[in-house]
This record gives sequence, C-alpha cells and structure tokens, in this order.
Amino acid sequence: MSTETKTMKKSSLDMKKVGDVLLNNALLIIMLLVAIYIAISKPVFLSPSSIINLISQTAAYLPVALGIGGCIVLTGTDLSAGRTVGITACVAASLLQAVDAANKMWPGIGTLPVPVVILLVVGLGALIGAFNGFWVAKFKLHPFIVTLATQLILYTTLLLYVQMGNNKGSAISGLSESYTNFVKGSILSVPVGGGKVVPIPNYVWYAILLTILMWFIWNKTTFGKNMFALGANEEAARVSGVNVFATTVMVFALAGAMYGFAGFVEGARVASNTANTGFNYELDAIAACVIGGVSFVGGIGKIRGVVIGVLLLRLIFVGLPMVGMDQNLQYAIKGGIILFACALDMRKYLVKK
Amino acid sequence: MEQPVLLEMRGISKSFPGVKALDKVNLTVRPGTVHALMGENGAGKSTLMKCLFGIYHRDEGTIVLDGKEVNFKSSKEALENGVAMVHQELNQALTRTVKDNLWLGRYPKVAGVMVDEKKMAVETRRIFDTLQVQVDPKAVMSTLPVSQRQLVEIAKAVSYDSKIIVFDEPTSSLTEAEVEHLFRIINMLRDKGCGIIYISHKMEEILRISDDVTIMRDGTWVATRPAKELTMDEIIRLMVGRELTNRFPEKTNKPGEVILDVQHIAGKYTRLKDATFQLRKGEILGIAGLDGSGRTEVLENLFGAMTREGGTIKLHGREIRNKTPRESIKNGFALLTEERRATGIFGIRDIRENTVISNLNSYLVGGVCLSDKKMKEDTDWAIQAMHIKTPSQKTQIRSLSGGNQQKVIIGRWLLTKPEVLLLDEPTRGIDVGAKYEIYQLIIDLANEGKGVIVVSSEMPELLGICDRILVMSGGQVAGEVDARNTSQEEILTLAAKYV
Repeated sequence: MSTETKTMKKSSLDMKKVGDVLLNNALLIIMLLVAIYIAISKPVFLSPSSIINLISQTAAYLPVALGIGGCIVLTGTDLSAGRTVGITACVAASLLQAVDAANKMWPGIGTLPVPVVILLVVGLGALIGAFNGFWVAKFKLHPFIVTLATQLILYTTLLLYVQMGNNKGSAISGLSESYTNFVKGSILSVPVGGGKVVPIPNYVWYAILLTILMWFIWNKTTFGKNMFALGANEEAARVSGVNVFATTVMVFALAGAMYGFAGFVEGARVASNTANTGFNYELDAIAACVIGGVSFVGGIGKIRGVVIGVLLLRLIFVGLPMVGMDQNLQYAIKGGIILFACALDMRKYLVKK
Repeated sequence: MEQPVLLEMRGISKSFPGVKALDKVNLTVRPGTVHALMGENGAGKSTLMKCLFGIYHRDEGTIVLDGKEVNFKSSKEALENGVAMVHQELNQALTRTVKDNLWLGRYPKVAGVMVDEKKMAVETRRIFDTLQVQVDPKAVMSTLPVSQRQLVEIAKAVSYDSKIIVFDEPTSSLTEAEVEHLFRIINMLRDKGCGIIYISHKMEEILRISDDVTIMRDGTWVATRPAKELTMDEIIRLMVGRELTNRFPEKTNKPGEVILDVQHIAGKYTRLKDATFQLRKGEILGIAGLDGSGRTEVLENLFGAMTREGGTIKLHGREIRNKTPRESIKNGFALLTEERRATGIFGIRDIRENTVISNLNSYLVGGVCLSDKKMKEDTDWAIQAMHIKTPSQKTQIRSLSGGNQQKVIIGRWLLTKPEVLLLDEPTRGIDVGAKYEIYQLIIDLANEGKGVIVVSSEMPELLGICDRILVMSGGQVAGEVDARNTSQEEILTLAAKYV
C-alpha cells in the first residue's frame, strides 16, 4: 500500500513538474503550434522566400528590442526608441542621397562614405540614449517620464530636420547605391530550384552580429553583470560597489546606439523616409521583450528571449494574413499575447504565500 | 481586593519558523491606568502587540476586552472595537491633509456618496480642541514636523473613542516640551478611564507616567509590578536577568596594532552626530545602542553609503575619504548591511552572481570578457569556506534560508579581500545553529588579522564575541567598554545616556 501511495505521490509530483515546464514554455509551444498550423494550411509558408521574408522582418526590428531590453532589465522602459530610429534614419538617408537625387537635402556634401555615416548615426543614437540615462540616473526620474519627454522633443527636432536644406519636408529618397546595397544588397542567396534564387538581405547578417555582440555584453562583461545586479536590487548594487550612475547611463546609451543602427537600416529599407519613420517602434520592441521573458520585475532577461519575442510578433504579422486571418485582428492578438505572456512571466516571480 | 480589568491577554504564545517569539505571555491592563511594557530589543513587545491587533495570528492564549473574549483579524477591526495604536513608524498618507488622514477609511458621507467635508472639519476641530492640539486640519501631512504628525495619530486613536490605546516609543522624535504635552494628553485619557499601554526604553519616562510595569525577556513574561515599587536598577535587572551560556565559540583572536582611526564623523542627513573610535588589527569591535541610536549609521557613514559631514578616517595612518561604497571597497572595506533582503541580496539572481558581484574586475580576461571558470572557482570556494547549503551555484539566492543568504554575502565580501569588515546585525533572522557558525566565522576573520566591527541589537551577542564595545546613544558615542568586564546593565545605562 505504502509503495502505491509513494508512486502516486511521485507521479503527481511529476505531473506538476511537467505542468510547470509546459506553462513556463507555453509561448514557445503556442508559437510552434501556430507555425505548424500555418504551414499545414498554407504550405507556401515554408517556402524559402516566405521564411527569408520572416527572418528579414525579424532582423529589421531586432536591434530596437535588443536595446530596449536593457532598459527593461533596469525596471525601466524607453518610449523614445521609435523617434530615435526616425531621426537616425532621416539623418542617415539625408547624408547618403545619391548625388543626382531630386531635391537632394544637402547638395553640397556629395555622398559620404557609408561607414562614416554608420558611426555618425550610432553615435547620435548613443548620445540621445545617454541623455535619457542622465536624467534617469541623476534625478531619479522614472524612465517612462524621461523618455516620454525626449520622445516629444525628438519629434519636433525630426520635423524641423526634414524641413532643412533643399528637402522642404518631403520624403527623403533617391538614396545612393552604396547605401542601398550595403543594407538591402545580398552577399548570400538561397537557391530555390529552377535557377531561381532568393537573396538574404545584408541587414540580416548585421542583426545576427548585433545579437552576438549584445549576448556578449549581457553575459560576459562586468557592465552586463552590473546591469542585472542594478535591475535586481539597486541599493544592494550600490553597497556592492556598482557604479549606479555610470551603469544606468551606459544601458540607455547602448540602447540608443542600437536604435541608431536600426535607424541606419531603416533609412535604406524604407527608402523614402519622413518624420513618421520609426513611429511606435518602441511598443513592438517592448512587447517583444516582455513576451520573451525580459521582466518588468527587473534583473531578469535573456537575449534568446528577446529574439524569440521579436520572431513571434513577426510571425503573427506575416503568418496570420497568409491563412486568411482578418488583418484587423492582429492588434487584438498582439494585445492578448502580451497579457498572456506577462501573466505567465509574473507567475514565475511571485512568491507563493 | 478584586480590581477591575479592561484588557487581559492570557497565555499568549507565538512561534515563527525556528524561534518561539512569545511563550505564554500575560498582560493585564486596568481601566484608568498607564501600563508600561518593557524589554530589550527582541524581547517580544511588538510581537505581543501584533497578536493583540491580529496582525499576527497567535498560536495560543486568550484576549479578553471589557469582559468579552475578542479575536481581532486586523488592526481595523481592533480599532472599531476600541483598541488603537500610535505607531512608532507613522503610517500616514503624507500627501493628504491632516483631516483626510484622521478620517481615512471612515469618511462621513452626504447622501451616501459625497464626502462630508464640513462635518470632517468640525469634528476634527472638536477633537483637536479637547486634546489642545494646535495643528491646522487643512495642512498637508508632509509639511508638518514629525511631532505634529504624531499628535494627529494620537488624535485619530482618540477619535475612535478607544478604550485601549497603545503608544509604541511615542517620544523618540519629540522635544521635551512636546513630551510634556504628550503626557498631559495621556493623563487626560487616563482620567477618562482609558487603559494605556506604553512601550518605551526610557526608564525615567516610564517611572514618571506609568502605574504598572510589565517586563518581558526573550519572549516570556518576567514580572508585572506597580511602578511605585520599582527602581531603574531593578527594571534593568529584570530586563537582562539571564546568564550567558556557551552559545558562542571560544574567542581566540588577539587584537594587534591600530589600523583604523575614526575621528568625529557625523551624518549630513542622518542622526549620527559624532562618532570617534579606533579599530585594531584582529580585533572585534562591537557597537551597541538602542534602535535609533545611530549605530547602523556609524557603519554606513564609514562605508560612504550615507553622506558624511566632517570628521576624518585614517587607515594605517593615511587619511582616506570613503565617499562612496566603490571607493570604500577599493580601500579594503566591506559592509554587510542590516536589511539583507532590501540592500544585501539580489533575490532573483543566482548564487554565483550574488557571490562575485563586488569582485568582477578580477575575473576579466583580456580586459573585457569575464571568465566563467574563475567565477565558478571563487563561488565554489565561498560555498565550501562558508559552509553554504545550496543545491547548485545556479540556484536563485532567495530560495536559500536566511543564514545561507547571509553566508553568501559574507563570501561576496571576503572575495574582495577586505581589511575592515563592517557587519550590521550579522545574525538577524538567522536560526541558532547558523548563528554559531557566523560567530565562528567572525572570530576566524579576526584571527586572520582583519578588523571587524559588529553592530547588533542583541547584547549577549556583543558580549559573547567582541573585544571592546562602543555604546551609541542619541547619535553619539556614550562610552566604550571592555567586553570581558562589563555587564548588560552598564551597557544599557550608557545606551540611555543621551536619549
């Protein structure tokens, strides 16, 4: 009898464990099920071009999420991400218009070398981020407030910028070939048979490099460890000798640099940039992070989670229309996933009483 | 002669995991009297009151109020039944007005929905007048000094027509004139027939204001006597009254030459007024004092976790600044904070990260990349040296017991190879067995030649492990005693010097 109760106990324990594992990975499982469902009802979903499209879209949105993830680890957020992308995209595009572009914004400068412009816009993004971080660290303002303010300031700056030079507020287009090729060109194409190939745009590789870089920073550097410690317990971090001010500013500056690179890619990807480029990108990025388990509780998050979060959101945008889902439904689905993901996430951190 | 009884708490017991906080405690309050409740920190006074108010659920015992057995589930229920408490830590809605605070939770209503501001104002005025309280009912709470906020809290208790009012250290932030006012109010309440429970460390006050005194020690009831029959020495004897048993390891450390010389440090925003002392190599220096005496502030000030104003710190004769924790760590200091959960552990991070966080720069390979291998080795060392019981290095620290968490943090600091260890309540919330291990660890550290400063509210602990004890009182050093030939009585007397 006793052995029976023991095995019963054991199996119920196992059931509980299995249940926990299922719940903790529920989103991944649902994502897989959705992908399988789409693949079965529309086999074209698994075609190389469709998959590469999904990956490319993920790659385009990934840097913003990688940046914002650090802000969320500090129990903060960054509402200025989208506008930072917008301003860096417009700056990059305006500096890299073809010499013969109609209404070239700055006719005097010719075409700058691409690497110079990358450094410039990444630096600009980092500067904007450092500005956010300064207000957060120095005056103990909540990042929500600080970045709400900078977001508005940036929008005005952006509106004024597109009025400058010969542009007069029109969309910035007519980009130089060097820029377009650098971003949208392809050094590797996937053959799909019949002599056809599907190119993988270069910015996919950049996104992969950035992901590796961010993984390294989060997991292998003093700065990364300090960031997580700060997010987990600011007071304890201070007492443990973490430079709270510098770490906070660095996290926001690094996020800004990521937006800057995203803006550089976006400039060429959109190809015709207005002051609306990047609008609301932060919301998707925040959603992707929380879906991927970067917790608003602070001190918790993995690069892997961020990547999965972005991928999952793109899957909804790209995949669901393929199976005839009403486009209007996508926002409700996104909202539902955010609620569901965060509820699951909190479940892990709640102290059971 | 049978005396009337207003409140009787009989045989109250309460256990927490690992400790028996209350063991069959009795408290009987007569109407129209002030009943003082005394005992050292941790004697169980607050726990007893929390059992009265239903904040803690008592394990056994009965509470009889006015002849009826009561069983409050919350302080709100207690309040509605005429049992009120004026807290030491004021829990008030600071951004709201005085009258809003007074009527919070029971706003008078017009037509069931609108708050009757007029009635609130009139009633507030009436209560303030009877208590001779001069506070503007429309003032915003945060703009008032603490003493006035306390008066509001008292007025609130009175406004409930309370039969029993508990005052928990009510005079700790009052000036002498304000204390007189408070005593007038208390006498007024006594004359009205209320029963007052008065918790305080200040003997003179107690002897002046109270009718009866109940003394507790280590969670047990010791004595209840009329205040008239007691003297200060008698109270101290009853409060301490225990022999030290061998709860402590053998003291083997030998203090050497002076390494740290602290002159007149004071806090800019905190209650530390003046601290001067020296610390020797291999010495364990204790800092004693009542709650609020500034003992924690000495350590945090020295470590740069609080802003310092004036004073000098010399390490090996060389003046150092220690303006921030970072700088102090570089100078060879380490601080184990008082509130382990709030300022010590990174709860959701794992043991390894909690262990290596203060020492990250020594794991860098090539200046950028942290070596997992080195971090793992150091964490393994800490787990073995501190006897930390954990399933693995990857376990979240918050899932460990308090004692093991404490050992992880001590391990964290030892990795920084400190010369001066500042330990604030190193055994708080830790069970007896683990306490012994921590004591041993502290003595071992002194044996290795480190200077250790231990702040503790448990006097036997200081007497058991320290060489010298510095006694703080009212933000100043009240005296310094040799731990081998002093007594708790002497320390308590010093601790009360400037209160």
